Amino acid sequence: MTTQATPAAAGPRPAPPPARRNRRSWTGWGFIGPFGAVFALVFMAPIAYSLYLSLFRDRMIGGNTFVGLDNFEKVLQDDAFWSSLGRVSLFLCVQVPVMLGLALLVALALDSGRLYGRDFFRISIFLPYAVPAVVATLMWGFMYGTRFGLVGDINDALGVSLPDPLSPDLLLAAIGNIVTWEFIGYNMLIFYSALRVIPHSLYEAAEIDGAGQFRVVTAIKLPAIRGALVIATIFSVIGSFQLFNEPSILQNLAPNAITSDYTPNLYTYSLSFNAQQHNYSATVAIVMGLITMVIAYVVQLRGMRKGA
Amino acid sequence: MEKRSRRLLRGIGLVCALALAATACGGSDGGTNPTSLSRADIEAALEKGGTLTVWAWEPTLEQVAADFEKAHPAVEIDLVNPGVNGDQYTALQNAVSAERGVPDVAQIEYFAMGQYVLTEELTDLTDYGAGELADAYTPGPWNGVKGGGEGIYGLPMDSGPMALFYNKRVFDRHGIDVPTTWDEYVEAARALHEADPKAYITNDIGEAGFTTSMLWQAGSRPYRVDGTTVGVDFSDPGAEAYTTVWQQLLDEKLVTPIASWSDEWYKGLADGTIATLATGAWMPANLASGAAGAAGDWRVAPLPQWTEGGATSAENGGSALTLPRLGANEALAYAFVEYAGAGEGVQTRVAGGAFPATVAQLDSKEFQDTKFDYFGGQQANRIFAESAANVAADWTYLPYQIYANSVFNDTVGKAYVSDTRLTDGLKTWRDASLRYGEEQGFTVER
Repeated sequence: MTTQATPAAAGPRPAPPPARRNRRSWTGWGFIGPFGAVFALVFMAPIAYSLYLSLFRDRMIGGNTFVGLDNFEKVLQDDAFWSSLGRVSLFLCVQVPVMLGLALLVALALDSGRLYGRDFFRISIFLPYAVPAVVATLMWGFMYGTRFGLVGDINDALGVSLPDPLSPDLLLAAIGNIVTWEFIGYNMLIFYSALRVIPHSLYEAAEIDGAGQFRVVTAIKLPAIRGALVIATIFSVIGSFQLFNEPSILQNLAPNAITSDYTPNLYTYSLSFNAQQHNYSATVAIVMGLITMVIAYVVQLRGMRKGA
Repeated sequence: MEKRSRRLLRGIGLVCALALAATACGGSDGGTNPTSLSRADIEAALEKGGTLTVWAWEPTLEQVAADFEKAHPAVEIDLVNPGVNGDQYTALQNAVSAERGVPDVAQIEYFAMGQYVLTEELTDLTDYGAGELADAYTPGPWNGVKGGGEGIYGLPMDSGPMALFYNKRVFDRHGIDVPTTWDEYVEAARALHEADPKAYITNDIGEAGFTTSMLWQAGSRPYRVDGTTVGVDFSDPGAEAYTTVWQQLLDEKLVTPIASWSDEWYKGLADGTIATLATGAWMPANLASGAAGAAGDWRVAPLPQWTEGGATSAENGGSALTLPRLGANEALAYAFVEYAGAGEGVQTRVAGGAFPATVAQLDSKEFQDTKFDYFGGQQANRIFAESAANVAADWTYLPYQIYANSVFNDTVGKAYVSDTRLTDGLKTWRDASLRYGEEQGFTVER
């Protein structure tokens, strides 16, 4: 048989025809197709459209023109945007630690097993989360009223004059109070469910080693719910940057204290609906989205680092 | 694997591009420019009939639409209320941007007309013969429908000549005279608040519409508009007169910071906490329904003057019915607008409690003799009609007053909650207004 070998056979064997191996099976696409279509339509398309919008400028005089990255340049120099970002950052630095700290305390208290009426407390602390943010803000808005609200009633009854929670100086704290009230229960539930899955054997071992309750909390419970803490922090960071409902509703009660650029989201809203600057509004939204992503990512990286 | 993900990306990109193309290429139906229409054309359109979409929040239009349908059986009117003023403008702007769903008739306030006129979103009604109606209306509203342009971009529906509404019972109880000048108004505010620390001369938390009307009456003409050139200046003597008076009221905390239209406001109007309101003649119906408990307490007086013995007034609010350019059924739409704004519809609306802009109604004996039970039987329309005749002409709003008003509280509002002076607040407002003008491509006069 070797005699039949041609000179060509001496060279490297030619690769088998590719046709068969590379023929795709489209079955997989069939399965993810519906998801892909919905995903593209409801997630990717709006983002793509915003990006598209951000490259134009529509003016009352001169019409719609392509301006490249001018809008982005303008955002970077926009004092109104940066001051609103500063405001929500301050809010983030103060309100989130307070809220998460309280939620953690409550979760630990519930989990300690020494609380009488545990289920009642769990439900009642969670309840505010079930109240829609709009309703909650309206309710607090009434309480904050210095003339006919709760603050006003306290002033009348005790003959004192409490400062107006809706004055420009106290407003951010007043909003922080509403948000804390709304979300303690939600975060508490995340922490509590994480605490419930800690194996009991660890507690028994700790007891044998003679560890006190405080030591159990710091050495077992907190490390064990680290993941939940990070998740809750990321949610809160995003929530703070997206602050909108509360200031938007309180604006009716305190229009001079809550400016149209009070928070980045309120700013994009006013740009879009009062100023008719949809293009610039889209740009601000994109920049804000990027900043939120970066900060949330940093929180996640730091939070997940072992032994940090 | 890498290849596949690249393909996936490409696929997503394609879908996005398709979606984008789909959104970008919205339909562009309607929008034919009108040629001159004769009465016969309008009659023919009424005969032929069709459905007319009307966006308005004015409640008395419901009856008008019903009557119109009755008179012209072929016509069906779809009356939609997309929300009061601000909300309606947002909805209208969105519809115009999308070039679909634009109504055939839209209610627009005088202060907002300029924006729509400038961007050529309204049909000029001169071609329909609207020019002949000039003498049928009082000067303020007629000036308003021109929106700073040359044409006639709507027919006035109502008007808001200002008057001073005051709670007579409160004034009588403390023996205070009803002020006839703004200086007396400040005196009355002091006397009232001293006599009853819970009572205030009025409420004000900073409202652009009120402030511009006050400036209007004081003789200030802050806005200069000439085509695409705009100027804003709050430093004329009229503006100074206003800030001097109002700054005193703010400094001495003589006005209560209650938002208009809030529950607290109605409560204050009913229980005497808020003793006066300087506002448009459309107010009586609101008082009667919102502060029913104070029926018989309130009266109407002419607006206080800036100079003793003067008789100058201004408009506060008021709106017109317009034909958006992208709407359909122009002839039919005009027929309805004419019916509601100049024809039989006016009488229907007056009967429903609206304040007309037509001279015939204002001058009619029946209108002037109407006794208001809420005002203790006072013939309040006499005062309103006189005010309408005394409205100072030549006032203009900015072509983008909607935006300017939306940042009023960001700027002038500071004077209400901090040490900022009204004059400085107005300066900031001016700067913000001019900056926006520049961004929108206007030539700005500084």
